[in-house]
Amino acid sequence: MSDHDAEPAEEPRSQPSSAARLDHRLDHSPGQGHIEVSGGMPERFTDPGLPPHVSRSADLDETAARRAERQVAALFGLSMMATVMFLIAYFAIDQKTYRFIPGIGQANLSNIVLGVTLGVSLLCIGLGAVHWAKTLMPDTEVTEDRHPQRSSDEARGEAVETVVAGGTASQLTRRPLIKYMLGGALGLFALPLVVQLAGSLGPLPKADLSTTFWRKGMRLMRDPEMTPIKASDVTLGSVFHVMPEGIDRSAHVLEEKAKAAVILMSLDPAVITVPKERDWGHDGIVAYSKICTHVGCPVGLYEHRTHHLLCPCHQSTFDVTQDCKVIFGPAHRPLPQLRITVDADGYLVAASPFREAIGPSFWERG
Amino acid sequence: MSPTATPKGAASLRAHDVKPQPPTRGPRAKAASLAGWVDDRAGAAKPMSYLLKKVFPDHWSFMLGEIAMFSLIILLLTGTFLTFWFVPSAGRVIYNGSYVPLKGIPMSEAFKSTVDISFDVRGGLIMRQIHHWAALMFTISITVHMFRVFFTGAFRKPREINWVIGTILSLLAINEGFTGYSLPDDLLSGTGLRAAEGFMQSVPVLGSYLAYFVFGGAFPGEAIIPRLFTVHVLLLPAIIIGLFTAHIVLVAVHKHTQYPGPGKTNDTVTGYPFMPVYMAKAGGFFFIIFGITALMAALVTINPIWLYGPYDPSPVTAGSQPDWYMGFADGALRLFPGFFEFHVFGFTLSLNVFIPSLVVMPLIYSIAGVYPFIESWVTGDKREHHLLDRPRNVPTRTGLGVMAISFYLILFFAAGNDLIAIKLGLSINDITRTFQVMLFVVPPLAYWVTKRICLSLQRRDHDLVLHGRESGRTVRTAEGRFFDVHEPLPEHERWTLVQHETLTPLQPTATVDANGVRRVGTRRERLRARVSSFYFADGVHPVSPAELAAARHDASAHEAVETGQDSGAQDSGAQGSSAQDWVGQLHGGADERPETDAHASHEDGEDPGPTAVR
Repeated sequence: MSDHDAEPAEEPRSQPSSAARLDHRLDHSPGQGHIEVSGGMPERFTDPGLPPHVSRSADLDETAARRAERQVAALFGLSMMATVMFLIAYFAIDQKTYRFIPGIGQANLSNIVLGVTLGVSLLCIGLGAVHWAKTLMPDTEVTEDRHPQRSSDEARGEAVETVVAGGTASQLTRRPLIKYMLGGALGLFALPLVVQLAGSLGPLPKADLSTTFWRKGMRLMRDPEMTPIKASDVTLGSVFHVMPEGIDRSAHVLEEKAKAAVILMSLDPAVITVPKERDWGHDGIVAYSKICTHVGCPVGLYEHRTHHLLCPCHQSTFDVTQDCKVIFGPAHRPLPQLRITVDADGYLVAASPFREAIGPSFWERG
Repeated sequence: MSPTATPKGAASLRAHDVKPQPPTRGPRAKAASLAGWVDDRAGAAKPMSYLLKKVFPDHWSFMLGEIAMFSLIILLLTGTFLTFWFVPSAGRVIYNGSYVPLKGIPMSEAFKSTVDISFDVRGGLIMRQIHHWAALMFTISITVHMFRVFFTGAFRKPREINWVIGTILSLLAINEGFTGYSLPDDLLSGTGLRAAEGFMQSVPVLGSYLAYFVFGGAFPGEAIIPRLFTVHVLLLPAIIIGLFTAHIVLVAVHKHTQYPGPGKTNDTVTGYPFMPVYMAKAGGFFFIIFGITALMAALVTINPIWLYGPYDPSPVTAGSQPDWYMGFADGALRLFPGFFEFHVFGFTLSLNVFIPSLVVMPLIYSIAGVYPFIESWVTGDKREHHLLDRPRNVPTRTGLGVMAISFYLILFFAAGNDLIAIKLGLSINDITRTFQVMLFVVPPLAYWVTKRICLSLQRRDHDLVLHGRESGRTVRTAEGRFFDVHEPLPEHERWTLVQHETLTPLQPTATVDANGVRRVGTRRERLRARVSSFYFADGVHPVSPAELAAARHDASAHEAVETGQDSGAQDSGAQGSSAQDWVGQLHGGADERPETDAHASHEDGEDPGPTAVR
């Protein structure tokens, strides 16, 4: 009230539906609540209380209640039938039966029948229970009081008292030596656990991430056939997925494959713009690591008209004519090139291992 | 008990122990005696009847959390089933089962056992598919439940702890999902693990060590599958169940929030008792959720790993995508430009991977987690809140929420940039760049639009209370003027629209005290005042009885109205009634008339004669 009177008459109240209206409450110092100021009438409406209860038909009419009872019972009955059908289907339908189901196509019959009968049996229990609750169980609202979470001051005081008394009784504060030594012991006891775990989870990477299976003179083999590739068989525009010779006999095939995967492409030497790329290839045939320099997915999509390599995971795009420079996407470094040449029999071989770490970046790769 | 003061201590308890009363004879004596047996040993009667009588308010949006809870139960159940056949091993075997296309192909035991569950274990596929569908339901229901809690302000005191627990649960749930779908060791999930290894490598300084520790050596190694398995079936579920229990216990302790409405107060909770109504409704709802999940699992194939084949580091399928809940992280990875990789002093700092993969997710969840504390600092409101906000009544919070959701959704859709490009025949580069721009443009826009919509809705509520509903009836007065008849809102409907309170911005306090000395901490207060004004400067105040009275020109009330009187007349123009029961209900045709006349006509309670017309 007092605020109101103090304010000039053209206070924004004269436009109740306008947006920029000030509130009547003024709060003001942090930590204090808002102060309500009333006009001549009550500042706020009062809660009218729960709306009048509307009875359901089942409350008023025994026939409706009977009908609801029958519906609930029928749903539970349906559930039982579905359960029995599940049991029959489990034994009767062969696991390898496939049937055409409209809307789905060729599908495993056992899976569909088991799933549908299970679903119906569960669903009918649920629908029955909910229908029962909604039609027959009491629908008069019940109101329960809430109590503030805060305990009484007395209880709080007692809790503090107990803790303090306990601390005093243990003499922890009186005997600091115990306190410090306990702190030290507790601070250190987790170390053995941490060291055991961290120390034994895996080996140190050492130079592992920077080396691959490729050695000088290893033949480039088609993946997964593992047959060597003759340079003369590589037609212009063709692309090969390549693994180093002998990788299938290594002790850790998958781990080596994860680093050694290479993609081989044959380009017209004239479109190659970087001399190093041409020199490290053979007559326009170039080999690059297939492991994306972003997070390591295989860069599997080659578009031979644009000479772009695309990583299907995050769409980093590498231009093969520009030494696999990143021309789009979240990767930063070009794909490392594998230097190749041909051996005496005309097969493509590695002229040297990779000169840098392949795959995703890591701190010490340089 | 003896009437004299009993000495304190254990001895007195023994001396004066109360003998159990024999159960009273009656029709329910048998049940009572069984319950009594339990109560004698567990003291369960009181907590039991307390819980059974507990009142839960009814609203569809309260079922979202229930869906999450029930999905978790379905996951635990079907997950346990799957462990009986799944072999968590990377050991190499040659497949020789009944799925012909894979015959003779080398694969891990994990993949083989998953294919066996799908084709050779009777009913195994349905369990696998229920498990996967339930995982998707679990994560999506958590997310939508979180939205509900956010937009209704259910995170306010005293529920901040529960909001934080829920945030952690949500984060754990998506990681539990990731560890789960990585287990079958198929080509798709293996590619996901390959990327995860790349993420770890990108950690500054420690990256390669971290990756080697987690994978037990070089990728993929044989350690990761059994380790993921332990994390998926033991470690994360244990934490999730622990936190979930705390979440539910806190819900019981706080008692459920309720939507505002007639008869709903901050000091009570109104609804239906657990026994029997909610036992049937919630129990039934569990079966409904389980049933729907089973039907989906029966009719819609999910994660057909036999089509992807076993993991091999060299091949990859186009359109590789994670499950939906990891989409936002994958999208962030796709949008983050490559030039954030730096090479300094012979070291590589790969922020283009580190930030989107390992920083964005914890950051988003941390912001969500601390939000209640920010808002309570801004409002300075330390009261307990058990009545929910209608989202429109808190426009800034609602705007911020929609802003966050739009940010999340752009990241999410960016994870499908390749699919969008294929389906719509657009350039992937254009789509990606558009998403990059949208990530910065759309969220502020979404904030602004949402806030304006909220304010408009508030004004609509405001008008509805003041002027009631159009009845569709038109009244013609004696002098030939036409009016619409508006029906005033019934009291119970009106209360919902006027019950809320609007907060006003905090005023910045003086920077110097009475003696002209700079006060400590004023910069902090000024910041707080600015944020507070950002939140509350443009609130629409709920209609007060005085305003309504003014708008309706209720004869009995108008004396009490001072400033409100003019406003009502200007705004509503409710005048010229021809009958007492339409007082305050006629709208239109009044603009030319002075307000004073209107009041005069009301007081007469008669048809406005020529005297009332200017």
